[in-house]
Amino acid sequence: MKSSNRYLSSFAGLVGFLLFWEVLARSGIMEAHLLPPPSTIPPVLISEFKLGIWQAMAWASLRHYSIGFFIGSILGVTLGVSVALSPRIEAGQAWLARMLRPIPPLAWIPFAIIWFGISETAAAFIISIGIFWINYFTAMSAVQAVDRDLIEVARAFGHRGFFALLRKVILPAAAPGILAGLRAGLGQGWMTVVAAELFGIEGIGQRMMEASGLLATDVVILYMFSIALLYGISDFIFVTIQGRILAWQR
Amino acid sequence: MAAVIETKNLAVAFGEDGSAETIFHHLNISIEAGEFVTLVGVSGAGKSTLLRVISDLIHPLEGGIEINTPQVPSRRPIAMVFQAANLMPWRTIGENIQLGLEGIEVSDDEKKKRIQSTLDLVGLADVADRWPYQLSGGQRQRIGIARALAVEPDILLMDEPFGALDAITRTGLQDELLRIWAETKKSILFVTHDIEEAVYLGDRVLLLGGKPAEIVQDYSITLDRSKRREGQEFLQQVEMVKTGLHEAIAMTNSGK
Ligand SMILES: Nc1ncnc2c1ncn2[C@@H]1O[C@H](COP(=O)(O)OP(=O)(O)OP(=O)(O)O)[C@@H](O)[C@H]1O
Ligand SMILES: [Mg+2]
Repeated sequence: MKSSNRYLSSFAGLVGFLLFWEVLARSGIMEAHLLPPPSTIPPVLISEFKLGIWQAMAWASLRHYSIGFFIGSILGVTLGVSVALSPRIEAGQAWLARMLRPIPPLAWIPFAIIWFGISETAAAFIISIGIFWINYFTAMSAVQAVDRDLIEVARAFGHRGFFALLRKVILPAAAPGILAGLRAGLGQGWMTVVAAELFGIEGIGQRMMEASGLLATDVVILYMFSIALLYGISDFIFVTIQGRILAWQR
Repeated sequence: MAAVIETKNLAVAFGEDGSAETIFHHLNISIEAGEFVTLVGVSGAGKSTLLRVISDLIHPLEGGIEINTPQVPSRRPIAMVFQAANLMPWRTIGENIQLGLEGIEVSDDEKKKRIQSTLDLVGLADVADRWPYQLSGGQRQRIGIARALAVEPDILLMDEPFGALDAITRTGLQDELLRIWAETKKSILFVTHDIEEAVYLGDRVLLLGGKPAEIVQDYSITLDRSKRREGQEFLQQVEMVKTGLHEAIAMTNSGK
């Protein structure tokens, strides 16, 4: 498919969805306070924006998200790579990782609050957990899948030390996998950001809780869209950078 | 003349503590400085393994290898052309050729020069800025050759370097290789499945056979190189090596 056609179809899909929703709400099939039509959202945005609430909430969430993303990603990639490189560490983590991994990030909320209080740190901690696991496992398998033949070539041409091999072969060869993990974490982070704020840490999630308590469903929807927007922007930026780094792929 | 490569009762095995499969038990070969030696033998005999041991990628279980080459800071003593090109996909062609130049004393200018001159040699003058995926298999194989030549090795180990090429390119590169060899006095150990190629290129043709493998024949090819493309004498020599190879196969199979 030509890319211009593709954009057209994507756009049509989105507009069609919004129209369908608008009709559903206006015709009374769905009651307006249960599902406000999309046309009511822009005025809500303007009022939230004028009050400065939207900016404050988006900024707060973005902060938790960024801190959680960086900490979770750095730890996840570093540990994932180390595990893949050392049979001893690999064996050491095998059962431990199996035990800890299935615990969902939100199950850590009680401990996050006990350890860090109702604070930014608590939110960032919860967000970082999901991101950590994604990066841990993708970085690990990316390094394990590095082509042995390329390591042999590097050794044959004089690059025999551990760090030389890491820099010249292992990390570049694992880069596509590691970047895919980072991108998956980027999405996962936005999913947990709201949940992490539901219990009173300032941010989009907290604002949504407030609004739903007042049955202000249009405000809830506004912030749902806001998350989609923030995710869309961060993903777009990431994919652009990723494309630059991986220009060598066909 | 002194031997540049000499193995003494080399033993190599794979598997935990070498228990699984013995490839060589008492392998002895010796290559003189400036010699062009070709190595033939059935698939799986251990040709690639021998090249790996010589370039110190695999450690022998027993025995030793002596390498006698002068130490020159701007060169590497040994370079290998691998059976599969194995270029690094994240490096441009130029950067791939540069791999062996990183870590030896070569200035940036000199690096550029060597990249360009080796690219010229293999007939791919203007691909330095392309990615490996943009080259054909045979072109990539030639970059593997350029990468090895760039470090100006005294010993060139080549593992079926022309196997993936068409007859015309192959003939051209064979003659190019002979020219480089005559000019630079390298010692070359060249693995091939093509007996005619082995006889055409080699001062000696070594035949690897048996299990564990040994050098079962060592043919000296004395015929003048200008008479080696065709003609009665050339064909006789080729026939002789082919017969030897068949005998080696029979021996390997009965030895099992
Ligand atoms: N890393 C390895 N681990 C275990 N066995 C190996 C390994 N590498 C090679 N072998 C075995 O060693 C033997 C010799 O392999 P080698 O690659 O040297 O053969 P070859 O003579 O180069 O064959 P070909 O002509 O097909 O390239 C084979 O039986 C192979 O199975
Ligand atoms: Mg081989």
